[in-house]
Amino acid sequence: MNFDFSEEQKLLQQTARDYLEEHCQLDAARQVLESSAPYASDLWKGVAEMGWLGAAIPEAYGGAGFGHLELALIAQELGRALAPIPFSSSVYLATEALLLAGTPEQRTRYLPGLASGERIGTLAHSEGAGRGGSPGLTTRIEGDRVSGTKIPVPDGDVAGLIVAVVRDADATSLALVELPCEGVDVEALDSIDPSRSQARVTLNDAPAEILGERGAGEDLAARLLDRAATLMAFEQIGGAERALSITRDFCMNRYAFGRPIASFQALKHRLADLFVAIELAKSNAYYAAWALQNDEPDLATAACSARASASDAFELASKEMIQMHGGVGFTWEYDCHLFYRRSKLLAVTLGSADLWRDRLIERLTG
Amino acid sequence: MDFNDAPEEAAFRAEARAWLEANAQAVPTGGLGENAEAVADEKRWQALKADAGWACLTWPEEYGGRAASPMQNVIWNEEESKYKASVNIFSIGQGMLGPTLMVHGTEEQKQRYLRPMLRGEEIWSQLFSEPGAGSDIAGLRTHCVRDGDDWITNGQKIWTSGAHYSDWGILVARTDPNVVKHAGLSYFIVDMKAPGIEIRPIKQIDGGSGFNEVFFNDVRIPDSSRVGEINDGWRCVITTLMNERSSLGMSLGGLGIDDLIELARETRWDGSAAIDDASVRRRLADYYIRLKGVQYTSYRSLTALSRGATPGPEGSIGKLVSAPLRQEMASFAVDLLGEAGVLRGDASAARGAWQSAYLGAPGIRLAGGTDEILRNIVAERVLGLPPEMRADKGMAFKEIPTGSL
Ligand SMILES: Cc1cc2nc3c(=O)[nH]c(=O)nc-3n(C[C@H](O)[C@H](O)[C@H](O)COP(=O)(O)OP(=O)(O)OC[C@H]3O[C@@H](n4cnc5c(N)ncnc54)[C@H](O)[C@@H]3O)c2cc1C
Repeated sequence: MNFDFSEEQKLLQQTARDYLEEHCQLDAARQVLESSAPYASDLWKGVAEMGWLGAAIPEAYGGAGFGHLELALIAQELGRALAPIPFSSSVYLATEALLLAGTPEQRTRYLPGLASGERIGTLAHSEGAGRGGSPGLTTRIEGDRVSGTKIPVPDGDVAGLIVAVVRDADATSLALVELPCEGVDVEALDSIDPSRSQARVTLNDAPAEILGERGAGEDLAARLLDRAATLMAFEQIGGAERALSITRDFCMNRYAFGRPIASFQALKHRLADLFVAIELAKSNAYYAAWALQNDEPDLATAACSARASASDAFELASKEMIQMHGGVGFTWEYDCHLFYRRSKLLAVTLGSADLWRDRLIERLTG
Repeated sequence: MDFNDAPEEAAFRAEARAWLEANAQAVPTGGLGENAEAVADEKRWQALKADAGWACLTWPEEYGGRAASPMQNVIWNEEESKYKASVNIFSIGQGMLGPTLMVHGTEEQKQRYLRPMLRGEEIWSQLFSEPGAGSDIAGLRTHCVRDGDDWITNGQKIWTSGAHYSDWGILVARTDPNVVKHAGLSYFIVDMKAPGIEIRPIKQIDGGSGFNEVFFNDVRIPDSSRVGEINDGWRCVITTLMNERSSLGMSLGGLGIDDLIELARETRWDGSAAIDDASVRRRLADYYIRLKGVQYTSYRSLTALSRGATPGPEGSIGKLVSAPLRQEMASFAVDLLGEAGVLRGDASAARGAWQSAYLGAPGIRLAGGTDEILRNIVAERVLGLPPEMRADKGMAFKEIPTGSL
């Protein structure tokens, strides 16, 4: 057994960290949050040039051909930097969907654009408040036309390709919709973390093409979400680690009652607990990444564990971050809220930790 | 033991209801008192209440109250909250500073300040916290130097809620740096419009600006505005903080457990109502039980109060439980909505109220004593556990170590 990343992989991670330290300080997320820009376009271009968008895309399709372990480490660094770009939508969702189910022709058509960043992709599955199972879907495909409303669609306002989960006669299918096009209406929406975009996408007899086997949408969507959840877990862990590190440093330098607040056991133990939570999430995520890279059937349960523990760890980290900073943690000026917002956004996108726990038990027992 | 209104309580409740019903149109519906219009609305409502005897019910009659029992005050608050969801912008004065003046103020100060405070003609803010001193409030550095009949004040306060619409503030400042930290503080009434005071709003994480930085540059405060003895301000601070913890509103933008249950009823999970899910039910039950526990605990202290006990450190339980619970509930509400939970505004359930609550909730866990400080109070003052080792014990204030933040 060798349960660690290789030297080359770690080197890649270090390169990613260095690059982001130079090009994506925390005020990058703040700038997008405070402006009307949907994402940081310069950073997007830079990330594309680094080859990260195509990290898991084979060279034949314009990618860098690294693999999922490398992609996971890049995700962790992007999470650490709270990168305000549609990476998760375009890479973990749209690109993965094509890698999972695309025909060679579909891959040839879309993967090069996704790898170069010229085209942003996303997945449209949610149809409003609540948990929607596929049987409840109202977005339908008939022939090669789809109709229905998807909300929220992450990064839907900047997407040039949407993978939609749709009702197809009595079954579910995945459908590709190219944007902009006739019959597609996109409206950007306000969210808890405006450093990332959300949209409502209304499809009205929009031209679409089936992705993967007809009627296999439910299974494909589930497998796609497992892959995305694994990569997202790394992004969440990166965010949690950064929050912990900033909070640790703050507690060392903030004094109350004549001593550093880090010396109060009430805080010390909680910082230790947080570290432990992050380490467990990381180990679960490593296992899931291995399963993803090697197409192991274990991914079905490993993704659930990685996702639930990473969501919990990042949410805990951002909550503790504000609490331990005291009053300054509640200000717009300090960065704590960037983490508090992002942790919630990532915890809710792809479904809550509780949803993944339910899924885990179903899969363990089913 | 009887949880029903006693006959005289029922009569009192009926009287309160009748008055509220008759005056329902005058109830302000505005936001958090951040704009002049909302403040004016709140002032109108307060004056209307005061003139009819419904302001600061527990205050003595000589200051405009009706010497009502704590129970009657609770009954009034329950009834008023059915009509009014907005935050009470007078609560810092009426709930904390007024009661301190009543105990420690001179007769002249009481005559001058209490009635306009009660009637809402003058709004008060609390100038305690500083950039370097929040939990450790006695570590504050804003200082006053005697100059004839005046004190000259320099320094900076922070997190001052409502400073931007306040007329008066209560300032705690250092009047002797050469003694241990608690022993060199004095307590002053300060005119918020005095020359040398500069107020700058601070933007909060939820986008609002309820609190401020307040700078003091050679601000003159007449000695007649001092409350309590010179260097004995800590005694007044304790009175204020005791009242603060029992008066702090635990409102979450008006959202309660009923609203959360309603949300779980309306939200669909895989074809059924989310409330049918066992994990949702368990959580809702857990929130309900904790909320009721806090509510009934406060009734128990009320009963003790009405028998003449003084508010004790166990008053900290309320905020210690409610504040993190509110954050948990808001966070759960967002999760309940699925991926749409991230949305704010009209596209969201309850028009984004839960998302706003999620962003506002961390502030409640910090304001008026953090979770950690409240636990220390319960541990040390209720359970009698030994205090943490004090790194600054017995040290003159100016020798206490400080950090870089
Ligand atoms: C919304 C809001 C409104 C406010 N309004 C007012 C106001 O009107 N007037 C006013 O004067 N102040 C006000 N405050 C300030 C508030 O009282 C302080 O923020 C609070 O007391 C914490 O102080 P601090 O911010 O300096 O944090 P610190 O005291 O530096 O605390 C940082 C962290 O260290 C922890 N800590 C500190 N000491 C200990 C210990 N002994 N053991 C364990 N942990 C410890 C704290 O709990 C916290 O987690 C307000 C604050 C907020 C958020």
